[in-house]
Amino acid sequence: MKLLVTFSRKGGHEPVIARTVKETGVLINVERAHIDSHAGEVLIDVPDEYAQTVCRSMVGAGANVKVLEDAVVRDENECIDCGACISVCPQDVFFLDENWNLQLHAERCVLCGKCVVACPHNALSILE
Amino acid sequence: MHKSIDLINERIRDGNARVVSAEEMPDIVQELGEERALEEVDVVTTGTFGAMCSSGAFFNFGHADPPIRMERIWLNDVEAYAGIAAVDAYLGAASDSDTQGIEYGGAHVLEDLVAGNPVELRALSRGTDCYPRKTITTELYLEDMNHAIMCNPRNAFQRYAAATNTSERTLHTYMGTLLPHGGNISFSGAGTLSPLANDPHLRVIGSGVPIFLCGARGMVVGDGTQSSPGSQFGNLMTTGDLQEMSYDFLRAATFTGYGATLYVGVGIPLPVIDIGVVRSTAVRDEDISTPVVDYGVPRRDRPTVRTVTYQDLKSGVIEIDGEEVRTSSLSSFRKAREVAGELARWIETGQMLLSMPTRTLDATRTVHPIRETAQAPRVKEIMEKNVVSIAEDEEIRTAAKNLLRGETNHLPVLNGEGKLVGIVTTYDISKAVVRPDSGPRVRDIMTRKVIKTSPDEPVDIAARKLEQHNISALPVVDESDRLLGMLTAIDLGKLFGGRWRR
Ligand code: SF4
Ligand code: SF4
Repeated sequence: MKLLVTFSRKGGHEPVIARTVKETGVLINVERAHIDSHAGEVLIDVPDEYAQTVCRSMVGAGANVKVLEDAVVRDENECIDCGACISVCPQDVFFLDENWNLQLHAERCVLCGKCVVACPHNALSILE
Repeated sequence: MHKSIDLINERIRDGNARVVSAEEMPDIVQELGEERALEEVDVVTTGTFGAMCSSGAFFNFGHADPPIRMERIWLNDVEAYAGIAAVDAYLGAASDSDTQGIEYGGAHVLEDLVAGNPVELRALSRGTDCYPRKTITTELYLEDMNHAIMCNPRNAFQRYAAATNTSERTLHTYMGTLLPHGGNISFSGAGTLSPLANDPHLRVIGSGVPIFLCGARGMVVGDGTQSSPGSQFGNLMTTGDLQEMSYDFLRAATFTGYGATLYVGVGIPLPVIDIGVVRSTAVRDEDISTPVVDYGVPRRDRPTVRTVTYQDLKSGVIEIDGEEVRTSSLSSFRKAREVAGELARWIETGQMLLSMPTRTLDATRTVHPIRETAQAPRVKEIMEKNVVSIAEDEEIRTAAKNLLRGETNHLPVLNGEGKLVGIVTTYDISKAVVRPDSGPRVRDIMTRKVIKTSPDEPVDIAARKLEQHNISALPVVDESDRLLGMLTAIDLGKLFGGRWRR
């Protein structure tokens, strides 16, 4: 399950991720991170069965946690099944099936936004 | 054996014509042999659906009262060409909106019209004795126009060069997003279904031939502009009635960082008149090869990284220098199939008859680059040759002195062999002063990743480097990184006058 963790760094530099790993013993896969001096936004992937535990621990450390489902969304009226999005996605989210229709593994998406820029038909958007 | 076009049309009229798509034809020929394929198949339909920037439409709006001679015309804030009589205009798909830029272009106006949406027409005039009115603003639907005739100067290229990018940054091009370091390959074209790839010698495609154009019954006008069938890059000028077109086969698009474009569906029915047509329509993806070109080199003659076939491109991955690189298409093969399928239905139901070209096109024709009467300026012509530099093991203090002496903000750093190894700016020195824990030498504070140029690089390309990296000077080096000069925003200002400012 993918979780988007955001935290403020104003009150000192609490190592949220490290603390959670230590506290819960769950191995966390960091898929994307953007951290500056004020705030952090980290996208993590954890096994479904531990999601609750991880959430609780992170919230305890002062972070906000949001569960992400099907992050990238395709507007089927706009999409023409060209496939321009396929090769720019770092997560192999898109593929063409045997009928040359575009299919998505939306659960793999890490919200990087590359496909949104690449789609010539403005068919892709990201739910935040 | 030869089969006449009249016989084929007779079969179409009788509802007996055997129509197959260009995707099915290779297997049919393989199974039946060429002779029997010629006997059995009457028409092969082709199709493609992709970005064709060189598209647009002529409009006649009708006369207003009092009448106006429209000299400048905008449709939804996209300017159309008005240099054709009083109430006519040509709207090109690639022109941008005055208010929304490339997000809304001529292509989007065409799409809006075809989708049944109203469009605002705005026009200006000086006023004449016969046309006194000076302005008009009105709202028009497609059916309000007397004529709306799509006329596309350059459609349906036989094949397209595929694109990759070995440079260090993401490029936004008319071939889509190209990731840095050869991270992906982008391609276009329908391969086995491509109209011209099925008739590369232009035996049955030519002027006057009926086609499918965005859902309407259209026609080939003749050679497309820049058509180069002699180098397997042929294309066609096409026309059709915009009022009969369908949103399913005409779509506006925007390539980020590049511009607006129109996705056009084109299909051409090929009459199977002889063995020559049987052979040319038996073409498969693996028979059509195309170069993969490096867009990381911003010049006309871009290096070819590898030659591949459409089968390779459609497989999704291509090996380049031992690495697997993913491919993506800009054109839609699903839609290309739909075009060929719809066209086949028209012919099977007798809604379209075929004809041979009224004028054949020259299949050996090629095109050449523009004649340039003056070479674009090169870096060496405007660079500053008297450059103050510094050695990497000098002290930071010395660098500061040199910067003051040279009255410059950039100090190229050289190693013992006189090669450029870094650059130091006044900003780096100020940083070093407030952060004294950095080392005492120039090499401790210099920027090592230097963006540079060469004496023979065109100035426009060097200027783009300055813009892209948001810097104001470029060291000029020879092949062995020896410093020859500096190119600064000030030098560019001299060349371009007030137009180039940082
Ligand atoms: S790039 Fe856009 S239009 Fe093309 S397949 Fe992807 S989502 Fe669809
Ligand atoms: S946002 Fe990034 S990861 Fe998600 S689908 Fe688009 S390109 Fe792939």
